[in-house]
Amino acid sequence: MSHSDRETVLEARDFVKNYGEVKAVRGVSFSVQKGEIFGLIGPDGGGKTSLMRSLVSLLKIDGGELYFKGQAVSGNPDYVRRNIGYMPQRFSLYQDMSVAENLRFFADLFNVDRDLAETRIEELYGFSGLKPFASRKAGALSGGMKQKLALSCMLVHSPDVVVLDEPTFGVDPVSRSEFWQILGKLKEEGTSILVSTAYMDEADLCDRVGLMFNGRILIVDEPSALPERYPGKLYSVRTDEPHLVHDALEESGLCGECNLFGEGVHLTLADGTAESRIGDLLRENNLAFESFEAIESGIEDLFLRLMKGDGDER
Amino acid sequence: MKRSFLSIVRKELIHIFRDKQSLFMVLTMPLLMLLLYGYAITLDMKAIDIIIADHSAGPESRELIRHIEATDFFKVSVYRGGVAHIGELFQNREAQCILEIPRDYGESIRTGIPVQLQLSIDASDPNAANFIQNYVSRVATLSFAGYKGLFTVEPRVFYNPDMRSAPFFIPGLIALILLLICALLTSIAIVREKESGTMEQLLVSPVKPVQIILGKVLPYTFLGFFDGLMILIVGSLLFDVPIQGSVLLIMAMMLIYVVTGLSLGMLVSTVAKTQAVAMLAAITMTVLPSMLMSGFIFPISSMPEIFQLVSRIIPATYFIEIIRGIVLKGNDLHNLYKPASILLGLDAVLIALSIRAFKIRLE
Repeated sequence: MSHSDRETVLEARDFVKNYGEVKAVRGVSFSVQKGEIFGLIGPDGGGKTSLMRSLVSLLKIDGGELYFKGQAVSGNPDYVRRNIGYMPQRFSLYQDMSVAENLRFFADLFNVDRDLAETRIEELYGFSGLKPFASRKAGALSGGMKQKLALSCMLVHSPDVVVLDEPTFGVDPVSRSEFWQILGKLKEEGTSILVSTAYMDEADLCDRVGLMFNGRILIVDEPSALPERYPGKLYSVRTDEPHLVHDALEESGLCGECNLFGEGVHLTLADGTAESRIGDLLRENNLAFESFEAIESGIEDLFLRLMKGDGDER
Repeated sequence: MKRSFLSIVRKELIHIFRDKQSLFMVLTMPLLMLLLYGYAITLDMKAIDIIIADHSAGPESRELIRHIEATDFFKVSVYRGGVAHIGELFQNREAQCILEIPRDYGESIRTGIPVQLQLSIDASDPNAANFIQNYVSRVATLSFAGYKGLFTVEPRVFYNPDMRSAPFFIPGLIALILLLICALLTSIAIVREKESGTMEQLLVSPVKPVQIILGKVLPYTFLGFFDGLMILIVGSLLFDVPIQGSVLLIMAMMLIYVVTGLSLGMLVSTVAKTQAVAMLAAITMTVLPSMLMSGFIFPISSMPEIFQLVSRIIPATYFIEIIRGIVLKGNDLHNLYKPASILLGLDAVLIALSIRAFKIRLE
């Protein structure tokens, strides 16, 4: 392993998870190193939740093995549950209990010493800014605050490895950004974090990411290295009429990839197509465009490309 | 480890007292049931329609009629002439029984010749028919005072001298209501956390199934016990059921029985997939068998053998034996250790089963 100098805290080896006939995870291997933020990025239904639930011993393992700090998860669920921090995708706190009551409940649940718990809860209030809402019922919090409370509750026993399943799902952009700042601080404290998300832009906030789709992790790398992983040269057409331009390009057969984006169309050239043909085609069709140029691929581009390659195995 | 357990207890108490609507239901439902069933279920008879066809119409027959009218058991209509179509009267529900006093009644009484009265009874309700027959015979005997046979049987009735049905039914009803309420209380305790998703968070912690199960049963024990006391007091006062034995003993036994109901509900909750299913299962498992096969109304000894076997695994069977024993006969622990220890055993078995059935994973 390239990270042999570092300690592995979470690891999957050929992990398989099925629900009857449905194959949710089809042989996944990856590892999370101590002190890093590892992002599992991918669309819904890709197997992220199944993988994370299995890692925290909530699901039966159907093939391969998962390891937490070197111990097999299947054989040591108690060890995993005592030491890991887990934040489920669904809000899983008690809505009829206040912020402070929820925090204290989880402190007691994990047998955290009373005095220690009080200090820890104050510390977490500092992180989350939830102190002014301490007596508010969890059910009456906004989406962003709920997620911060959920995070605080699972941090109350000071785990050094945490698993977060789409913690920013459905949360407003400001709260999302605040949430990632908290994760950054946790990392500075030495906490290892495995986090999943369907938001591609959050990939850059991770140390390493795994692109997960259709039960497989297709690429594991640092976010900055991802553009190089794109096979071929990518171009962008900027236009105010992306739909029309996309349809015209798709029909022309000049493109390999041809994907619709907010600001225009991203494409690769089909074999034997000259760059200039694209501009000519659009002008022939009287379609206005601002620019046509080569660009560095983003994570969405990579995903769209990878998904196409994997589609036949569905 | 004790901390985890206490945290569950505290959390459940918060759930109980914050959910005002459910709490109100839990406190009023048993009372409501007690009132409804307490007044509806009775074998005491009142206002039976009787037609008396008085062919004799003398002072002696009027004396007999006066005796019959004096009780509130009968609602009397007197026909001076004969009754032609008994069947038709029964068909139209104009009477449940018809007593015919013969023309020579007065004369026979005066001269001391045995006389026969004809009593026709509509026995489509056999229980009522039995009552009517006994009652008329007793009233008629009274009316024949001074006209004694060789010997008479003087019955001496123990424990319920007026033979009212309330002292028999109200303790049984308390047993029935308490089992239902307790099973309902815990039937949603686990499945609710599964449905709301909180179980997913709860499971990833050091907490053990035994702590979750007991931590949830304990707070509900207080609530169930309070319900039990409430219906015991109201039932005893309202339906005039004096408690012959020790109230403290009833309370102790009630505590054991409350845990039986709660752990039954808990078992349902660990297995059920949704709250609706859990509640339905809890109601079916408690009300139906307890009503029919616990000896609540029908004596177990007259059931087919297979039902008698079933009655032995119904918790209400044992508690009805206990509470009737204490309320009616003033039993003490010495008379009741057998059903009491069986209930305790049921508690242990049901809780152990719940812990076993508790799923530590999400599948």
